[in-house]
Amino acid sequence: MSIDMEQFHQVFFEESFEGLEVMEAGLLRMDGGAVDDEEINAIFRAAHSIKGGSGTFGFTEVADFTHVMETLLDEMRDGRRPVTPNTVQVLLRSVDVLREMLTATREGASPDPEQVRIQQAELESVLASPGTAPPEASVDAAPESREQAPEAAGWHIVFRPHPHMMRTGNDPLRIIRELAELGDLQVTGDVSLLPPFSEFDPEECYLSWDLHLDAPVDRARIDEIFDWVEDDCDLAIMPVMIDAPREEAPGPDQSRLSAVSPPAERRVGERRSPEPRRRQERRSGQASPSSSIRVDIGKIDALINMVGELVITQSMLSLLGDDFHMGQLGRLRDGLAQLDRHTRELQESVMQIRMLPISFTFSRFPRLVHDLGAKLGKKIELKMTGENTEVDKTVIEKIGDPLVHLVRNSLDHGLEMPEERIAAGKPETGTVELNAYHKGGNIVIEIRDDGRGLDRDRILAKALERGLVQEDHNLTDRQIHELIFQPGFSTAEQVSDVSGRGVGMDVVRRNINELGGSIEIESEPGQGSAIIIRLPLTLAILDGQTVAVGDETYIVPLISIVESIQVRREMIHLVAGRGETIRLRDDYLPVIRLHEVFGIENPRATDLVDGLLVVVEGEGGQFGILVDDLIGQQQVVIKSLEANYQRVEGISGATILGDGSVALILDIPGVLRLAAGAGDVDQLQQSA
Amino acid sequence: MNAESTIARNHQDTGGAEYLSFRLGDEGYGVDILKVQEIRGWEPVTRVPNAPDYVRGVLNLRGAIVPVFDLRRRLGMEPVAYGKETVVIVVRVQGEEESKSIGLVVDAVSDVMRVTSDSIRATPEFGARLDTGLITGMVTAGERMVMLLDVEGLHQAQAADPATEVGAA
Repeated sequence: MSIDMEQFHQVFFEESFEGLEVMEAGLLRMDGGAVDDEEINAIFRAAHSIKGGSGTFGFTEVADFTHVMETLLDEMRDGRRPVTPNTVQVLLRSVDVLREMLTATREGASPDPEQVRIQQAELESVLASPGTAPPEASVDAAPESREQAPEAAGWHIVFRPHPHMMRTGNDPLRIIRELAELGDLQVTGDVSLLPPFSEFDPEECYLSWDLHLDAPVDRARIDEIFDWVEDDCDLAIMPVMIDAPREEAPGPDQSRLSAVSPPAERRVGERRSPEPRRRQERRSGQASPSSSIRVDIGKIDALINMVGELVITQSMLSLLGDDFHMGQLGRLRDGLAQLDRHTRELQESVMQIRMLPISFTFSRFPRLVHDLGAKLGKKIELKMTGENTEVDKTVIEKIGDPLVHLVRNSLDHGLEMPEERIAAGKPETGTVELNAYHKGGNIVIEIRDDGRGLDRDRILAKALERGLVQEDHNLTDRQIHELIFQPGFSTAEQVSDVSGRGVGMDVVRRNINELGGSIEIESEPGQGSAIIIRLPLTLAILDGQTVAVGDETYIVPLISIVESIQVRREMIHLVAGRGETIRLRDDYLPVIRLHEVFGIENPRATDLVDGLLVVVEGEGGQFGILVDDLIGQQQVVIKSLEANYQRVEGISGATILGDGSVALILDIPGVLRLAAGAGDVDQLQQSA
Repeated sequence: MNAESTIARNHQDTGGAEYLSFRLGDEGYGVDILKVQEIRGWEPVTRVPNAPDYVRGVLNLRGAIVPVFDLRRRLGMEPVAYGKETVVIVVRVQGEEESKSIGLVVDAVSDVMRVTSDSIRATPEFGARLDTGLITGMVTAGERMVMLLDVEGLHQAQAADPATEVGAA
């Protein structure tokens, strides 16, 4: 065929990677011991689709490799081969190899032949080892599972299309023509089913064929040709041995064909029609990392409705404006209120388009936990909840690596070895939970384990050793937990290749801060620990608190604000005569005067009691920012300062206020650094 | 758009270029008119904390955040109070990766002049008193001398300016 296949490649790769995810997820569930027919079927179907697609596009290495996997899966599906952990492991490794092959193929490179060969050999050795299933079945399976046996000198194919085959777009003639290309082909047509002309439906296929291919080709080559039609026909492919006289072959085979379900054609009977298969894969599939985005049609419809409403409002307002008199003021107000509402709804709908379920990130963890657990010799159960919580695509993309790091940490450092757990009176299997949920305009992701918890003493010892804290400091639990976010801090007793290279938590925190989020740790010695990440739902919009200092207006991200307080004189404490701290309940908070840090002229409040203190959560704990006044809370659209200017320390971006003027958005960690750099608040680092 | 393409053609036809000339005190300056995005009256901008003194702040240019530089301060001249004639020339300059818009506060715009390449003289050295690195050349327009400004340099030098390292503030 001379059709340009390139355009379909993208789709093929996308679907194949989805298929791999399906296979991986299914295999991991099987690994838990629960063998569900539907599970094996799903894996088989995914493998089958990849094989079919790669064969069609001429990626023969991929097709050949997948074929071996498929054969193994097929035996498992039929119950002729038990599902053993070993088989599952081999299949999981094969999925990895297949993924690499597909990636290489997509980039136009050829896959590493050595690796493929090794893995294929491993698969084949599993295939060659006898299953423990009923003996008669394995005998039946012989001709098919050994289909690459070299002794076949030719093939005898009985091809009986179902009447509807031509409606699926397949032409039996084309198939026969392709077969003829492989070698000498003898075709015997069977016209016995042809109806009288008056009942003849030109769109149905009444013919069937008996084909003798006189060429020692691979079974796979023949399978490839029938790939697209095997669901729509009765098909029997039998090798013709050199010593087997060809004349004998048709007799028994004909009778087998008409039998209800002879083993050689069981592929036919058990196949489901292709439509449901495809749909199922779509539903359970995960997207490959591409820059496109799949949007739920409901979201698009909602958007279109919204735009419709907006257009109506707009035309209403412009009619009103054409001939306006004061009597219509009420209508104008109504119209503007409507416009306001529609604009806000439209904005929300547009934002919805970028929202994807967090399962895109979570989906990699079952495999990770499985592999790592095996490597570390720990028994681990992974529980995930809230996978459908939606979050901005950019957040999804950027949160993946930090999460992997945190989960690895939990598995490696948090959870104990089985013996240790039993000794501590805990269940042998450790649990790691991944939860995601929405809370107050943010998405919260929790990673909880029931391991040993953070070791307070060891962290402290390490911090002393590194000179991060002074001996005589009395630190709260919270402050100790903060220490592990310091650069170069790792409490792992041994540096393992799993985690513990000390490049960890500070990078994790930085990544999360860059997303405008925050991270905190809860830990109960012996009971486990939890890492709680809060992220904004979207990076384009921010809930902000507008504050005034002097003549200037700034936005403080609401996510950072703990509370805002009016300072009373008795709350102020001087530290070594150098700076003030505010006693708030049991904490002493360092104070940053925004007008000092930013050099703002004419602040109304220079004394703490004159202004308002916005208590914010930053790296290293809470601190108070002194501002003149709080103006209000509003959602602001984040604009980049760097697009036309450059990064400004202490400022994360800008936004445009309702009056068209620009207001800058505070970057809380940056403000803290500025203040510390100015030498203004030495005590910041000490008390933090 | 149409005007721009006309100008572009003019450039080719004459081997010269058109420059928008403006005044800073008694001195005349010019910028390549193809780099000029728009000219707008001065209006208060939002100050950027800890920025060099020549950065007046940022303004909202139809949704984009654009920095505004006081060109007098940028060139090391005495600042003056802004008046009715004070304008902001928004220029589009090529940054390292993408082009950026910058607003330049000047005393007043004069006119558009055509400059042929052979009429441009090299900039004499003024020593340390004046940063001549931003002047690509000088031309004589009638009685006046006009210094041609390198707007790209304006932006790049600003990015490397140590004064923008705010840690020391």
